[in-house]
Amino acid sequence: MTLLEIIRFAITGLAANRLRSGLTTLGILIGVASVIILTAVGNGSSQQIQKNIQRLGTNSLTIQQGGGGGFGRLSRNNQSSARRLTVADAIALTNPNAAPSIKSVAPVADANVTCAYEGSSSTPQNFAGTWPTYFEASNDVIRAGSYFSNEDVVQGKHVIIIGQTIVDDLFGTVDPLNTQITCGGQPYTVIGVLKKKGTTGFQDADSIAIAPLSTVQQSITGYGSINSIVVEAVSAPATDTAQSEIAAILNARHKIKNPAKTDYRIFNQASLLSTTSSNSAVFTVLLSSVAAISLLVGGIGITNIMLVSVTERTREIGIRKAIGAPRGAILGQFLVEATLLSLIGGIAGVVVGIIGSHFQIVGVTPVIVPSSVVLAFCISVAIGLFFGGYPANRAASLRPIEALRYE
Amino acid sequence: MTIAPQVPVVDIRDVKKFYGSGDTEVRALDGVTLTVYPGEYVAIMGPSGSGKSTLMNIIGCLDAPTAGSYALDGLEVARLDERQLSIVRNRRIGFVFQSFNLIPRTSAQAQVEMPLAYQGAKRQERREKALLALGAVGLADRAHHEPNELSGGQQQRVAIARALVSRPSLLLADEPTGALDTKSTQEIMGLLERVNSAGRTIIVITHEHEVAQHARRVVTMRDGKIISDEANAA
Repeated sequence: MTLLEIIRFAITGLAANRLRSGLTTLGILIGVASVIILTAVGNGSSQQIQKNIQRLGTNSLTIQQGGGGGFGRLSRNNQSSARRLTVADAIALTNPNAAPSIKSVAPVADANVTCAYEGSSSTPQNFAGTWPTYFEASNDVIRAGSYFSNEDVVQGKHVIIIGQTIVDDLFGTVDPLNTQITCGGQPYTVIGVLKKKGTTGFQDADSIAIAPLSTVQQSITGYGSINSIVVEAVSAPATDTAQSEIAAILNARHKIKNPAKTDYRIFNQASLLSTTSSNSAVFTVLLSSVAAISLLVGGIGITNIMLVSVTERTREIGIRKAIGAPRGAILGQFLVEATLLSLIGGIAGVVVGIIGSHFQIVGVTPVIVPSSVVLAFCISVAIGLFFGGYPANRAASLRPIEALRYE
Repeated sequence: MTIAPQVPVVDIRDVKKFYGSGDTEVRALDGVTLTVYPGEYVAIMGPSGSGKSTLMNIIGCLDAPTAGSYALDGLEVARLDERQLSIVRNRRIGFVFQSFNLIPRTSAQAQVEMPLAYQGAKRQERREKALLALGAVGLADRAHHEPNELSGGQQQRVAIARALVSRPSLLLADEPTGALDTKSTQEIMGLLERVNSAGRTIIVITHEHEVAQHARRVVTMRDGKIISDEANAA
């Protein structure tokens, strides 16, 4: 009795009940496919979030007004003594001796203004007056035109670089370069257009306008405090050292004795990234476990159908035993039948899973985790062996005389 | 009948088979002794409940006796383990049942090949032997038919071909014509006679006198005991 022979018997057995075999296979198919697709969705969404954060610049740190340590709000007690962020703070951070991990610094003055061009208008979610270093730190790249220079800042030139959303709102199909738009009543010449960044949650990263700091201060915000300072660290791993260097410099400048009660906050993109990564890992585990349960249900389906099959074919088992089938041959036949069911379901599930992962699912482009394909497939085969084992053993243990009498 | 002392095919001594215990104990076999020599054609007769089917199951190694000894071809069956028993059933005994007991949705040829497959015979050898056996029962042209495409008589002939394909020392037939019409019955009985004249030992269990008449020796049972054992006049 060769294995090939047993497999042939098993295939004949399965083919005799095509509908039933098909439905059982479907259970495994759904399980395997959902494991693959759901892990792909989890993986895809976490990659999407990471990409969004990376787009904002992983090397960058943002210092904002406010404080009370980490992310707390300004408390009433120290509000009076709180110092605002100033351009001088930003300049202090550029000292390479005190802050060797800092590559560049860009003070940012935000304004809430509306820009207009020939009757159409648009309010940028982010209208920033800053230094040219801002572009690299915040990962803003132009696709047409040029950046403004330090000279433009010194001279307070009325030049502006705008994001795609503003271009769409104001110009439509007209080429925006070198045209003049009005923002907050002041004329600006568009000298550059930024590359599209996409949206991050509710934030439209392309609804942005960037002008020289001095120009914005002069015409809109005044020369007082600034809203934030964007700092670029020399490398992504250096962001933590850069953060402590910033804290040391600002604590000294703002005369803060208790580092837990600061009047500024530092946002670290890298730590944000790791937080969201671990969040999405939890999300992926959650999805996978739901999928794993459906795989388990598929396995129970196999046990169920194999038990029915053994009961239904008790007489056949008796006949086979009477003509001399050894225990191993019967055990093998039913085990192979169960394994074949799960194997076919597993292969079909992998195919469906891979095809299904090519579609966008609730706005997420799934990214297949190769190990999930291998794992789901192996588990489905193991399920066939494991859940088929009990019915197969029951079939093999039937006494021939009882099996033959069974009606 | 036999001149030289031969090893009996079936050597049953004082075999008992009880079911249940106490008040509900049923004595299906109550001390049966039977010896069948090679080449014999024996019919076992008796009313239902006489224990003839139980006896057949024990001879066929499908069931174990409660007490007594049974040697098949001189081989003490009680000493065999499950694996050895399956080999004995495969090589030494051919079964023919009243209800044919063919495997559904399987071609005649595959049915006949099955005992050889469990022996581990090669595909080519199996095919040849199976076709030969089907030819011997006159069904060479029905090799690819499934049971539901065959008449009762044809199904029983497939079963006989399956029983004989592994050249067993003993052919056991349990009411082989019980589900057949007169014409098919005659066909099957003629076939069994030819098999016997080719030297195969046959034990037929029946309650029909016409069937028993074909045998050379008739054993009659009642209440789990053999009440007569005589050579057939015909």
